[in-house]
Amino acid sequence: MSLLELDSVTLKFGGLTAVNNLSMSVEEGQVFALVGPNGAGKSTVFNLISRFYTPVTGSITFDGQDVLKMAPHEVPNLGIARTFQNIELFHQATVLQNLLVGRHRHRQTNMIAQMLHLPSVRAEERAHRHAVEEVIDFLDLQPYRNSRIAGLPYGVRKVVELGRALASKPRMLLLDEPASGLSVEETQNMRWWIDDIRRHMGITVLMVEHDMGLVGKVCDRVLALADGAKLAEGTPAEVQSHPKVIEAYLGTNAVSKGGKVA
Amino acid sequence: MRFHFKTDYDQDIRLFEDGWTFSLYAALLVLALALPLMIDPFFLGEATNVLIWAIAGLGLMLLTGQTGQVSLGHSAFMALGCYSCVLMMEANVPFVLAFLLAGVITGVVGALIAIPALKLHGVYLAIATLALAILADDIIVLLKEWTDGVNGKMSPPIDLFGYEISRWNNPIEWYYLTLAVVLMVTLFYRNLLRAPLGRAFAAVRDSEISAQAMGVNVAQTKTIAFGISCAITGLGGALMGLFAGAFNNETFNFLLSIQLLMMIVVGGLGFIHGAFLGAVVIAFLPQVLSMTTDLFGRGVAIPGLESGVFGVILILFILFEPMGLYGRWLKIRVFLELFPFARKDMFKRQKSYLKTERLR
Repeated sequence: MSLLELDSVTLKFGGLTAVNNLSMSVEEGQVFALVGPNGAGKSTVFNLISRFYTPVTGSITFDGQDVLKMAPHEVPNLGIARTFQNIELFHQATVLQNLLVGRHRHRQTNMIAQMLHLPSVRAEERAHRHAVEEVIDFLDLQPYRNSRIAGLPYGVRKVVELGRALASKPRMLLLDEPASGLSVEETQNMRWWIDDIRRHMGITVLMVEHDMGLVGKVCDRVLALADGAKLAEGTPAEVQSHPKVIEAYLGTNAVSKGGKVA
Repeated sequence: MRFHFKTDYDQDIRLFEDGWTFSLYAALLVLALALPLMIDPFFLGEATNVLIWAIAGLGLMLLTGQTGQVSLGHSAFMALGCYSCVLMMEANVPFVLAFLLAGVITGVVGALIAIPALKLHGVYLAIATLALAILADDIIVLLKEWTDGVNGKMSPPIDLFGYEISRWNNPIEWYYLTLAVVLMVTLFYRNLLRAPLGRAFAAVRDSEISAQAMGVNVAQTKTIAFGISCAITGLGGALMGLFAGAFNNETFNFLLSIQLLMMIVVGGLGFIHGAFLGAVVIAFLPQVLSMTTDLFGRGVAIPGLESGVFGVILILFILFEPMGLYGRWLKIRVFLELFPFARKDMFKRQKSYLKTERLR
């Protein structure tokens, strides 16, 4: 059985159909990409999985559990962590504190114990900190540990957001445009990290990405969306040369000339 | 400049980052403990007043500074804390129990009120809570069977384990009592900040959407913040009423809420130090003003002078030092530590990148 399954999901905002009868399944251990032109509904699919939106019809299951029965804050407890297209960090806090919020779902002490700072709280804090340090080591964030987000450059923020998602020790990562706005070198790093996340941490990755170079290098499977509906699904090469995808990106003329989406 | 070579996670978790910081705060505590020996009872009373304001301010700071929810209704919770504490004391509940229970009651009521109110954001939450503050005034008058309405109540003397503390006869004991409450509240506050709940507060303040995506229950976190905040403010209100000697519905009118909010903004939003610095300003400004009018106006009282000056100070701070007095001190400290390498624009606020608000 697949880890994440969307079955004929439809979402409408008034008269606009943002996601139209979409079915997809992501297998455990895969790196799965959603591609498509702007406004195709890629991020909307992420927001459906995060339960920010509720679909009109259809079902979403994660590891056999019904995601639609959960509140947005319960979704991370399934082991789903995500990043945002426009970076949603806690910008008045330090990098360390941001990463520690990623550990939120693993907390075990209650409010009273925390107020009194009982030994159990101290022990838990050490454990959280240890887990966070592993993420810092993995992503080379050591120089920024105590910097406030508000003063960090865009590229670093992008990495911190990935780190915050990793700190929650998820089974599945949802990355919303992990390489947007990054330099060539930073995109390279992102590529190696996504590879390592899959290989060494065993985390399934579902990502939205426009950079077809990155998609081609790290993804096993690609799904192309346009106007909320599935256009094509397959390996990166298959999808890139699929006539419907070329039509959506480049127009009908390009199809007859045998173009390919780069 | 001090450099920290960290070898242990505990160095980041413990209360004081190094021995030097610890000794500074220890010196401050010794100074606070020795204060009654150094100043006369009048000024000791003023110091007690500052500490009481600081307690109430810490309550609002937790909600507004840490969790980002503005409340103009905290005068209502001060009133609730005060009346419930005094009513319990009149029913012969021992002071310590009555005082702590007053905090618990205020916290629970605050949390219950928060559940519907916290669907509102920003200025709308401020308006809703302001309505609460204005309502509290009338409720006190309506419930005159218990509250004695506009006539008000006399505060009973405090009976602490058989030892009576009255404001006029035992100013030193009163001061120590208040100091003990301040220490307790500050320690709890600080402990929360270094625990998951405190980080959840900051997460809710900075981005509700990603707080949710990290597993923070936003509604619950806000309710808890409101509850703890009201509990602390209720303790402050109880002390304020007991210290004043007599109180009625006017003591806790909505202007008190505005003063509280102004206090934490002037002190520095989001800093524990800010609540104390703001309390000093709030408690001493009326004194300074009356001294100046005595000097120049030959004792003629100018109506509305105090609130006018408060307003001007607030506007000046928002315009020129949004981080408050403590923020200014941090800047001065960095300047001195880096001297002569500090740059003028080091603290310039960087424009934040686009944030997703449409998911609200």
